[in-house]
Amino acid sequence: MAVAITLDKVTAGYHGAPVLHDITLSIERGARVAIIGRSGAGKSTLLNTIYRRYPEHAALIPQASALVAGLSVFHNVFMGCLDRHSTLYNLRTLVWPPATEIAAVTRVLEAVGLEEKLFAKAGELSGGQQQRTSVARALLNGRPIVVADEPVSALDRVQGGDVLRVLSERHETKIFAMHDIRLALEHSDRVVLLEGGRIILDEPSSHLSYERLLPHFAGEPQ
Amino acid sequence: MRKAGFLPRLTYGSATRLFLLATLIALPFADLSISAVHPAAEFRRLLGGILSPNFAAIEFWSVVWTVAFAVLGLVAGGTAGLVLALFFDRSRLVRLVAAALRSVHELFWALFLMQITGLSPATGIFAIAIPYAGIFAKVFAEIFEEADRSAESVLPHRTAAVSRFAFARFPVVAQQLKTYTLYRLECAMRSTLVLGFVGLPTIGFHLESYFRQAHYAEATALLMCFYVLIGTRRFWARPWTVPLLAIASLFVLPETTGNGSTWSNIARFFGHDVIPLPLRSGSLWHGDTWTAFGSWVWRITAHQIAPGTVETLILAQIALIAAGALALFLYPMVSRRFLGQVGHYLGRAMLVVVRSTPEYMLAYLLLQLMGPSMLPAIIALSLHNGAIIGYLLGRQADQLFLRADAPKGANLYFYQTTPNLYGQFLAYLLYRWELILRESAIFGILGIKTLGYYVDAAISELRIDTAALLLVGVGVLTVSVDAFSRSLRRRLRIEALPVRLSAVHGTHSTKSAAAYTGAAQAQQPVA
Repeated sequence: MAVAITLDKVTAGYHGAPVLHDITLSIERGARVAIIGRSGAGKSTLLNTIYRRYPEHAALIPQASALVAGLSVFHNVFMGCLDRHSTLYNLRTLVWPPATEIAAVTRVLEAVGLEEKLFAKAGELSGGQQQRTSVARALLNGRPIVVADEPVSALDRVQGGDVLRVLSERHETKIFAMHDIRLALEHSDRVVLLEGGRIILDEPSSHLSYERLLPHFAGEPQ
Repeated sequence: MRKAGFLPRLTYGSATRLFLLATLIALPFADLSISAVHPAAEFRRLLGGILSPNFAAIEFWSVVWTVAFAVLGLVAGGTAGLVLALFFDRSRLVRLVAAALRSVHELFWALFLMQITGLSPATGIFAIAIPYAGIFAKVFAEIFEEADRSAESVLPHRTAAVSRFAFARFPVVAQQLKTYTLYRLECAMRSTLVLGFVGLPTIGFHLESYFRQAHYAEATALLMCFYVLIGTRRFWARPWTVPLLAIASLFVLPETTGNGSTWSNIARFFGHDVIPLPLRSGSLWHGDTWTAFGSWVWRITAHQIAPGTVETLILAQIALIAAGALALFLYPMVSRRFLGQVGHYLGRAMLVVVRSTPEYMLAYLLLQLMGPSMLPAIIALSLHNGAIIGYLLGRQADQLFLRADAPKGANLYFYQTTPNLYGQFLAYLLYRWELILRESAIFGILGIKTLGYYVDAAISELRIDTAALLLVGVGVLTVSVDAFSRSLRRRLRIEALPVRLSAVHGTHSTKSAAAYTGAAQAQQPVA
């Protein structure tokens, strides 16, 4: 299968202090990869690094939902496809949304169960609803790779599973950073475990078990 | 990594001592006399007038025009400022233009514009709009810079710049821009009132003549009307009413009193008046012309800019220290920590009065009462600025965390709140330094020999070229003091503290929000 993402001995960090050391990673098209590790292991940095390398092909779901609080859910989701329309059309949509866009946005909101909040202000949503809005934005964006940083951390396990399934159907290549081991095993084909900014385990999910991974999360709630 | 400068180790203490020393040096050069023959009798008349306001004196159209000029000046300045703000961080030229626009006071702009547009609405509106464009550019740019960029970072690759701005940048800060613009309307109203003192038909025009004739009952009524306008601003100036007010304002503007054709005035102004005298007649290719120009510049610099600058700096220095002393004295009185609920209400009342009393008007009135000297100007400047800083410190004192067994009264003041707030106090004072300096220059129009005195004299003698050179001097002085104040704040490590009055009433203050969320910002990836 063709390769979607390659990182070759990448080192990255904040303000000059490296957080990732010598990361070599190759992800095939169509793969469903879970990046796991304790907080501070470098998951977010790895995801941001991947997104920055493939901005043309990737949609990002950042850890903080990164919504514009003053705009409606509709407009926040619509932002996922700003690049596909002319500036004039985008400005018109800001003031007076066309029916076709409302329909398109409603469709992705239905997929995450948030269609009744279409014209609610993003700032008035709960944390879980904001997270689902952020997911809907990536769904509408529709680029083949989705890079999602804890996309379901504010949802319960059932809702979270549904959202991950929807993302998997819509995007070809999936990279999820997660802290919930069971959810990660259930919704991935491959697990990459980070510790201290290094990859210490990279195996198919079917070879792994909750019990085997748990010791790597000592001291963190599961 | 502090750079070694000409000031060795700068601490709160040493900075304070330096400023006190500078004031001590300035004091002997300041004329602090009271030359009025019967100041006490005049004060009694003022008091009598204040106690019996004559509301029949309120000139309805002057009130309408004050609002109209302020609203239109604000809308024009705000729009221009917003456009400038978009290029502020990318273009040095834009930053320079904005700095130049705001370094010249609206009264100076008015005096200049009168040469072109006469005593017309255009003069009033542009005198507000031009400096406000510079101020808005800077403040809006700061708001944009401190805004949350996370939504923007998620936008699809290759989203066009305009869409990027309209969806992910502007809506994030829209509320802050609105709050600040509405706050600025108050300032624009004060500025418009002051424009009346130089002849525009606003409230200030009538105030000036009442004050001059000692008709204090009439002046009081007019001023109370202005206080009510400012006090009720929240009810009539809302984001959706401002555009309506602006359109309505266009229809009620007064007629222009004849001043010839604007176009020929513009041609005369730029083609002749503002060109330095030696360059008007002589050939530009001739060396003598430039020698004459050089000696013209030198003459004005030596005889007007230099003494005007010294006088401006002396006035500003004394007023600054007096304002600081007043603020430290006042803040416990407007703080709940010291006076409970009484302090809270005192603070509100003080803020309303201070916010609606223009310093220029206060200085004018005090000059009438006390006779010409620097003293009225110092009192006006220190009352206005001291009360504002005192109010802001009082609010900060209310927010300080105190342990349960904290001392009370004087011990609380000297051991807890004042030491805790001292950095903030210096930040406010250093920020206000530039504002005080701008006003000090302007007070020259009232007869104190600061830079404004020479500008006013040059304009009334129609030596516009001289006035223009003097204004460059004013601009350079303001920008230098601003830069110096900034570098002091950096060296004292108080540059991130909030300094603006507007920040207190908005739900979110931009500067303080940045200071408190500094930790969160550090987590933005830079890989």
